[in-house]
Amino acid sequence: MDVKTKDIWVFVETNEDGSAKNAGIELLGPGRKLADKQGGKLTAVVIGCKPEAAIADAGEHGADKIIAVDGEEYKTYSTDAYTKALAYLVEKYGPTSMLIGATAYGRDLGPRLSSRLQTGLTADCTDLDIDEESGCIIWTRPAFGGNLMASIMCPEARPQMGTVRPGVFKKEAAAENRAEIMREDFHVAAEEIRTEIREVIREAAGELVDLEGAGIIVAGGRGAGSSEGFACIRELAEVLGATVGASRAAVDNGWISHSHQVGQTGKTVGPKLYIACGISGAIQHLAGMSSADIIVAINKDGDAPIFGVADYGIAGNMFEVVPALIAEIRKSKA
Amino acid sequence: MNILVCVKQVPDTAEIKIDPVTNTLIRDGVPSIVNPFDGYALEAAARIRDENLKTQIVVMSMGPEQAGNALRECLAIAADKAYLISDRCFGGSDTLATSYILMNAIKKIEESEGKFDAVFCGKQAIDGDTAQVGPEIAEQLGYPQVTYALTAKEEEGGLEILCEAEDENHVVGVKTPCLVTFTKPDFEPRFPTVKRKMAAKKAEIAKLTAEDFKDIDLSRIGLKGSPTKVKKTFVPEQKKGGIRIEEESGEAAGRKLCEMLSAAHII
Repeated sequence: MDVKTKDIWVFVETNEDGSAKNAGIELLGPGRKLADKQGGKLTAVVIGCKPEAAIADAGEHGADKIIAVDGEEYKTYSTDAYTKALAYLVEKYGPTSMLIGATAYGRDLGPRLSSRLQTGLTADCTDLDIDEESGCIIWTRPAFGGNLMASIMCPEARPQMGTVRPGVFKKEAAAENRAEIMREDFHVAAEEIRTEIREVIREAAGELVDLEGAGIIVAGGRGAGSSEGFACIRELAEVLGATVGASRAAVDNGWISHSHQVGQTGKTVGPKLYIACGISGAIQHLAGMSSADIIVAINKDGDAPIFGVADYGIAGNMFEVVPALIAEIRKSKA
Repeated sequence: MNILVCVKQVPDTAEIKIDPVTNTLIRDGVPSIVNPFDGYALEAAARIRDENLKTQIVVMSMGPEQAGNALRECLAIAADKAYLISDRCFGGSDTLATSYILMNAIKKIEESEGKFDAVFCGKQAIDGDTAQVGPEIAEQLGYPQVTYALTAKEEEGGLEILCEAEDENHVVGVKTPCLVTFTKPDFEPRFPTVKRKMAAKKAEIAKLTAEDFKDIDLSRIGLKGSPTKVKKTFVPEQKKGGIRIEEESGEAAGRKLCEMLSAAHII
């Protein structure tokens, strides 16, 4: 692709109701810094079905320009429609770089798009900077299950692309909306979308497990001992308005379903608060949650690795600590 | 069905330790395993064959000679045939270059094994953790892709796939040929039987090198042909300075925790 502008693009993923996902909006913060350093504008690319709410959200969170694509075919995500629309926009406008939230869809879309554009993509970044010498973005990301960090650059191919781990950057406060909006009438025919969602299965009536977007997560591990042992974890989650997470040990024992699993073979999360109950903190688990802002660890074994990443640690029995914590939170709310 | 499963031999990241003096990764003596997600992809293929015995499962791996061990393990578990893609000039390839090599390999293997209805991959390898190679191969083959699959069922002219989406599961229909990447389902891959293990030991593994791919563009492979470059690697700093709450009882510690979290405006 030929570069036609110094602009930095942030892809803003939308929900079915046309609102924006946080994973995109929160990238406007680091996007702003990169754009200022590169001397370009910050452009939000919004694709969705009647995405007016997402367009307003992007404008209020710092986008200089917004490129909007609206169509029924974008209501639910499909690899084919989204890749085609984005590839068209990239070819037309020629941005120098593009950030995508590393959600499940973002990580499906990113490599498909970079492969079509024949450019470099760095996955699941946790830090972004500009190399002063070359002006290229330095994409930093964990590998080896979080044991190693790698800083990666894409010196020649454009756009430079990266997916960024949700929750690493926090959504900035809303400000005055000055964005210039450009609407692109681009459509993808139904027969070009080669996957068909036949059924949507939600875990239990009303119980959504959105770990990646959760502000607070209360997670249980081997120390919970049984599915009944998760009762106090669920109760704590309820009083905090939190999502329930679990370690691999708890999932493998069948105490809770895999959709709750945090870690290398589960979800990677970045909440404001992560409360680990009865979790020892195997490296694979830490890889999935160590970017949480505040980590609380409650575990019988005071030498467990989870305490190495914890801001608050209690070496104790979770069945004594958690009920007392619940009672105290209820009292303070009353 | 004719299914190709792409596998990678990876170091067992659970066994990786950090050298406390040099603060670098100790890779020596770390056991090599079949990437766990690729194992789920292989199991998914095996389950399709359980239902339809006229299914062929071919495994392919790119890597050094040693990756042949990973292929033998796959042969022992479920695969019928194995191909090792190995050449020094493939070294240093990033995900885009790797997917380009694998696309060429798939086309070459199809000359002997027939056209594949489906290419199965693990969602990501546990060393690189990128989750990029699968979709990048799909794009280069021009196939539709389904990622984060849990199970796959054969149906007339396609597959029905149960996959994970953000906060729900989807049942997705896709026509073949297609590429599917698999995540961890509620079950583990089957164990090899003794008979299969014996046969796998003796099985012939076909080896393909760059010379076998007549149309390959050498400027798109290896370190030089990779658009991304690793500038540096480092061991992340551990968080330090956490507060230990030590009280007489668990109940008291729980109350103290609530007090501290409230005082810090965390809850």
